[in-house]
Amino acid sequence: MAKNLTGTLQIVTANRLRDGAVVFLTATGEWTSDIRRAAVARDGEAGVRLLGIGTVAAAEHRIVEPYLTAVTEDGDTVMPVSLRERIRAQGLTFAAISADATRYL
Amino acid sequence: MPLLKFGELTDDRWQRVADDAKPAADAAVIVTFTRFRSEREALLARGAPLGVVLKNIDAVEALAPDVARFGVIALEFPKFSDGRAYSQARLLRERYGFRGELRATGNVLPDQLHHMRRCGFDAFELAKGEPLEAWRRAVHTFSAVYQPTGDGRAPVSALRRRLFAAAAD
Amino acid sequence: MYRYDEYDHAFVGERVAQFRDQVKRRLAGELSEDEFKPLRLQNGLYLQLHAYMLRIAIPYGTLSSTQLRMLAQIGRRYDRGYGHFTTRQNLQFNWIKLEDAPDALADLARVEMHAIQTSGNCIRNVTADHWAGVAADEIEDPRIWCEIIRQWSTVHPEFSFLPRKFKIAVTGSPNDRAAVRVHDIGLRMLRDTDGEPGFEVIVGGGLGRTPMIGKTIRPFLPKRHLLSYLEAVMRVYNRYGRRDNLYKARIKILVHEIGAEEMRRQVEEEWEQLRGGALDLPRDVIDGIARHFAPPPYQPQPVIATETERLRFEDRAFALWLRSNVVPHRQPGYAIVNLSLKPEGAPPGDASSAQMDAVADLADAYSFGEIRVTHEQNLVLPHVAVTDLPAVWRGLQRIDFATPNLGLVSDIIACPGLDYCALANARAIPVAQRISTRFADLARQHDIGELKIKISGCINACGHHHVGHIGILGVDKNGSEFYQLTLGGHAGDDVSLGNIVGPAVPADQVVEAIESLVGTYLQERRDGERFLDTYRRVGNAPFKERLYAPA
Repeated sequence: MAKNLTGTLQIVTANRLRDGAVVFLTATGEWTSDIRRAAVARDGEAGVRLLGIGTVAAAEHRIVEPYLTAVTEDGDTVMPVSLRERIRAQGLTFAAISADATRYL
Repeated sequence: MPLLKFGELTDDRWQRVADDAKPAADAAVIVTFTRFRSEREALLARGAPLGVVLKNIDAVEALAPDVARFGVIALEFPKFSDGRAYSQARLLRERYGFRGELRATGNVLPDQLHHMRRCGFDAFELAKGEPLEAWRRAVHTFSAVYQPTGDGRAPVSALRRRLFAAAAD
Repeated sequence: MYRYDEYDHAFVGERVAQFRDQVKRRLAGELSEDEFKPLRLQNGLYLQLHAYMLRIAIPYGTLSSTQLRMLAQIGRRYDRGYGHFTTRQNLQFNWIKLEDAPDALADLARVEMHAIQTSGNCIRNVTADHWAGVAADEIEDPRIWCEIIRQWSTVHPEFSFLPRKFKIAVTGSPNDRAAVRVHDIGLRMLRDTDGEPGFEVIVGGGLGRTPMIGKTIRPFLPKRHLLSYLEAVMRVYNRYGRRDNLYKARIKILVHEIGAEEMRRQVEEEWEQLRGGALDLPRDVIDGIARHFAPPPYQPQPVIATETERLRFEDRAFALWLRSNVVPHRQPGYAIVNLSLKPEGAPPGDASSAQMDAVADLADAYSFGEIRVTHEQNLVLPHVAVTDLPAVWRGLQRIDFATPNLGLVSDIIACPGLDYCALANARAIPVAQRISTRFADLARQHDIGELKIKISGCINACGHHHVGHIGILGVDKNGSEFYQLTLGGHAGDDVSLGNIVGPAVPADQVVEAIESLVGTYLQERRDGERFLDTYRRVGNAPFKERLYAPA
């Protein structure tokens, strides 16, 4: 499965161990669910360094399997290149039924 | 490494001997399956305690005629998720009647001890974790089991039959 | 249905305690992810795109109303209030937290449920025909055997680290509704020359990357030998199944590589040593389990259900629903009611907590408290008196589970796909929604007739696309979603795997492609032919020609 597509800009993402939530590595080595705060690596070397920080931070903060993924800049935030990562960042592409609903629509 | 045997940590009295090394005349040695196959007569003639270590692809059937001659048989788990040695263990115990020490070696982790015990292992070279705690968990986690193995525990189906028979009396 | 005794209760409680301890050690960093992963998988917990997914076992698709209410509660308490019924008769929740999982499992244990071995390289949920025990054409209730196998396979110490997952299905009827020929082991009940029921043992079927139809290695196995024989098959697989390549590790590859005859020989050689031993199933052990599956206390019913007949005559919608979703029952005066979880435009197979509660209430009032889950992502109320059909219909309409589309084009099976699943290459649910909306017109659906569309978001084929009359496989082509279409798959006795019809189509052309395929069928069909029949008669060519014709 393609996790890291070609592209100059990269961020590090993972899932949080305790609840499985999608998280992104920030410039200060913390993990956030807000992609706007993700640290952006601007070339391959910077990407490798960022992943290195991510891997160390993962062990401490109970994160599972951090990896690099390509993004493009989108205003004051970044947007993942792959559909898979966009879905991870933004959620389902359809409306799910709610707990008390007895009809879908 | 200390050996977990019968719920206690003991010293290992056995020595592993490399294929090209000469085993000391009266030492308790463990040789590889390959070596045993090619030097069987000489090794059995030693008169000192003999053990053998198998890879999980080795054919346990080949040891069937000689099981009574081994003080220990060690089975390897190259990775804890590779479960072939569980079948090897059960065959050695239940089909070929091996009565000596059946040792788990390799990537042996605490959470698999329950399964290993039930398949007939009674000695463990634990790769990590606290051995006595691992043993306690292996022994006490499940009060009942659902399938018979050579460990002699009555499975739930047998317990139910007894209950039913007792109620019928 | 099966009821736990003290041993079963003790067991699930101990299992929850074991997992609670393992989670604690993982969260404290004492277990690595690599060491923890098989342990959590064997408690049904997958790490997916957004969160952990919990796959709860519904043994052979049978649920009590109490259990269904607890599933609704789990959805509210630990998840986002809806669950998904799967192609293996289980239920999945998609937003579970690891730290909550032990509590959720403890709640489940209170109603005799668990998530044991719903994932991992072990023996999985044993599935059956969803009309087991009530279908008119059944030899014996297969759930008795599913339960016997379930217990034997639970935390089996020798078979917990197999080369790969292992799926067993049982059919009690000669009409196979359990897809036994595409399972690792399929068991098909039949009678010997003396009329005694036993099993045909079929090994090495499966879907996924290399779909294969299972081979019969034992045409007739007497019932008492079932477990010893299965143990022999599992031992051969555990010892000789490939472990060098994840994609070649299922038993179907072993059977393919050594041949069915050699497989049979190895199994029977092992079985010779096991038969008649500790796994022998004497009559009283079988009866002890069979007692749980005795029929419910059916009541005498009037020969004619007047109200039902009147409504059928007066209300076309009711008549349509009767025709498509209600099936004859072996007990006179009763019916099997199929609930369609495929309302127009909805994600297939999902139910909200409110809908689950309502189904539980209907089950209590009209089905002796029992519900079934099908492997086509629908539910069943298996014991409804014909006189109660109008009330049940109205109750189902209130919760949108009365769409009269069973087995029709909008009764789509779809895996969760890229919206949820870490393994997927493309989305499946939005495709299902668009097809469902386009073909919503019921008159049109009934004219088209039986047409099973099955959608998988990746080659793992959890949507069972290989056995869809139309199969749709999502693929990733240069970062875009494309869909490969197959035709002519079928999961019944006359099992067949679908044939690729041509190059994959982009996402925005899938609905038109289905229109084209349906159009070809309508043009080619002769009297009474279903889509599958026409396809089998005329083959790919007419479908392919129209589908890929220049616009």
